[in-house]
Amino acid sequence: EPDPKITEVQEWATAFGDPVDAAPYGTPIRFESHVVRRNVEWLTESPVSSINFTPIHALEGTITPQGCAFERHHSGAIELSKQDYRLMINGLVEKPLVFTFEDLLRFPRTINTAFLECAANGGMEWGGAQLEGCQFTQGMIHNMEYTGVPLRLLLEEAGVKPEGKWIYAEGADASSNGRSIPIEKALDDVMVAFFANGEALRKEHGYPVRLVVPGWEGNMWIKWLRRIGVYDKAVESREETSKYTDLMPDGRARKWTWTMDTKSVITSPSPQAPIRHGKGPLVLTGLAWSGNGKIKRVDVSLDGGVNWQEARISGDIKSKALTRFHLDIDWDGSEMLLQSRAIDETGYVQPTKDALREIRGLNNVYHNNGIQTWWVKADGEVENVEVA
Amino acid sequence: EKLGLGRPALPEEISAWDVAILPDGTGLRPGSGDVATGDEVFAEKCATCHGEFAEGLDAWPVLAGGEGTLTDRRPVKTIGSYWPYLSTVWDYVHRSMPFGSAQTVTVDETYAITAFLLYSNGLVDEDFTLSNENFKDIVLPNADGFYVDDRPETEYPKFRVEPCMKDCGPAVKVTKRAAELKVTPTDADGRPAGTIPAYDEASAAEPAAPPSTDTAEAAPVEGQEKAATAPSTEAAQAAPAAAVEAPPAADAATAPAPAPSETAGLDPALIDQGKNVFKKCVACHKVGEGAKNATGPTLNGIVGSAAGQSEGFKYSKALADKAAAGLTWNEAELQAFLENPKDFMKGTKMTFAGLKKAEDRAAVIAYLRSIGK
Repeated sequence: EPDPKITEVQEWATAFGDPVDAAPYGTPIRFESHVVRRNVEWLTESPVSSINFTPIHALEGTITPQGCAFERHHSGAIELSKQDYRLMINGLVEKPLVFTFEDLLRFPRTINTAFLECAANGGMEWGGAQLEGCQFTQGMIHNMEYTGVPLRLLLEEAGVKPEGKWIYAEGADASSNGRSIPIEKALDDVMVAFFANGEALRKEHGYPVRLVVPGWEGNMWIKWLRRIGVYDKAVESREETSKYTDLMPDGRARKWTWTMDTKSVITSPSPQAPIRHGKGPLVLTGLAWSGNGKIKRVDVSLDGGVNWQEARISGDIKSKALTRFHLDIDWDGSEMLLQSRAIDETGYVQPTKDALREIRGLNNVYHNNGIQTWWVKADGEVENVEVA
Repeated sequence: EKLGLGRPALPEEISAWDVAILPDGTGLRPGSGDVATGDEVFAEKCATCHGEFAEGLDAWPVLAGGEGTLTDRRPVKTIGSYWPYLSTVWDYVHRSMPFGSAQTVTVDETYAITAFLLYSNGLVDEDFTLSNENFKDIVLPNADGFYVDDRPETEYPKFRVEPCMKDCGPAVKVTKRAAELKVTPTDADGRPAGTIPAYDEASAAEPAAPPSTDTAEAAPVEGQEKAATAPSTEAAQAAPAAAVEAPPAADAATAPAPAPSETAGLDPALIDQGKNVFKKCVACHKVGEGAKNATGPTLNGIVGSAAGQSEGFKYSKALADKAAAGLTWNEAELQAFLENPKDFMKGTKMTFAGLKKAEDRAAVIAYLRSIGK
């Protein structure tokens, strides 16, 4: 039977489409309206101090569009203009300084692609599989190409005194969300960024200026950055003591757990991306990343971790950035327990959730980089499960 | 090499922005406050979320109690049980509280609130006064409960091992299913929210826009006649009622159903805008069908109603007095209250800085008007 979509002239093949100015700054075509950030309302008491999730189950490649990259605010996303913007550097410096936005544009710029992962990504799963969907279990992550000024240049302009061992970065919003960062990191790869993916930062990502702290937990990437204080020790703010510390089984807690360890997840198939085409050729696609450097290899298991095969890395491998992997299989239509396991350049192998629980117990909240399992059923539907 | 960019930060500017307090007391401002005063200030500015005894209302942070729970399955992490440094309490209260009205607590009030929090955690007596002088003498119980990240020593060696690739163990079985918990947001069809639609669903869910006659007339291109009989509109009409199954807008599921009689004449765009602005309010105020009083009273049918009428809500004395005097929440009163709650009603429990933009206020009022009783 000939396909009328081919044999008959379609409207779009004969009439005009939109004129050039129909959308001076475009949004995705309406057919993709399901690909949006989503919130889980019961997680928090208020949407101004809350989190939503990147639809990673529906994205490909490695760059996350700003418009659907997850948000975490501690007191809402504020509107701060370039004209109203000021950045202060003070504390243990030779010369405390105030920069305008225009000043920042006159420093030499660099570009860096980096993933930002919330320390709590996957944190709901410590006690067992809880949320259904790659977006909801692993979507507190995004990856963007930033343009900005190395923080080192701004610190040099102010002149850090020898006793200055820490910086404390805080935002202009009501939470200020301050975090302490050791001076070595601050002088290494931390960036004061104002562009992401080629466009100005979006409001929800800290317009006009945010901090980029490659490989370290998202909470440290201060948005609406307004002050860098230089100190001889850590400030021990609310976000680095009462929150973002990791409670261990003995009742003590790890602090300064900044690095996001090596992790990966198959983004499709997954609960929100079931297999609809039946058996035969099937593309498994996923993301891998390491806060300690580059991804070296990703393994995929179809049987819940009994047997593994090496996946194909697609595109570039960048340090502390998302890496895309694919595995092309001939699906026979039988059930699968899909897992992926990332290995980084330091030789670190992504552990199972149980291996992490053995060390950290169940009250850790943060830094759950354990292996995710998806149960693919014969009808192609997928569930978030744990196996043993 | 310095570029000579930027200008010197003035002492007044540094004093205004550098409000960080360190565990050793660095940054503390001179002042003091006692437990009794702290109790009063806390009741006025903090208790709507944290409870009168700092016990935490709804899911708002619990600030007191929890001693000895850090090894429990549900640890209660409070100032007394978990926080290592008192400086963190002072710093955070002073710079970021009350939620929605940051930087409105004075230095002495901050000492008083901090003293009250020490008292509510059983760490000082009721006649205690906290000041910059004795601040450093206070050591919180869990001060030694933290150690620097040791993953590089304790975990990395374990995990930096070449992994097994074949026959790594016996066959595994599913032991836990997220599906059984049913806590994931869902689409109208019961699938996890955001599930990628099947290809045929996707096209059916999006009825094609009717062909614009203007365009057709203005476009005398070859094949135009055929276009007029093209099956695209037919296909759209033939699309089953699957449109109902289309993924709803992200927040459509939670939208309170507007009462038609009261929405008549209201601008839907303004209501939408107001719904968006109202996100600043939902932390405390619930609306729509089945809404209950929370930190603040439910606001169903508030526009045009007498003040202080939400059953079971404990209003501030200020509001109760105004209600007794006949306050009605008409447009003008709501405008004034929302612009500056504390000015309009001194003593209100509503710790919200206000909506400075008139259009935001108008939008929120329109939204509230659209919600039935």
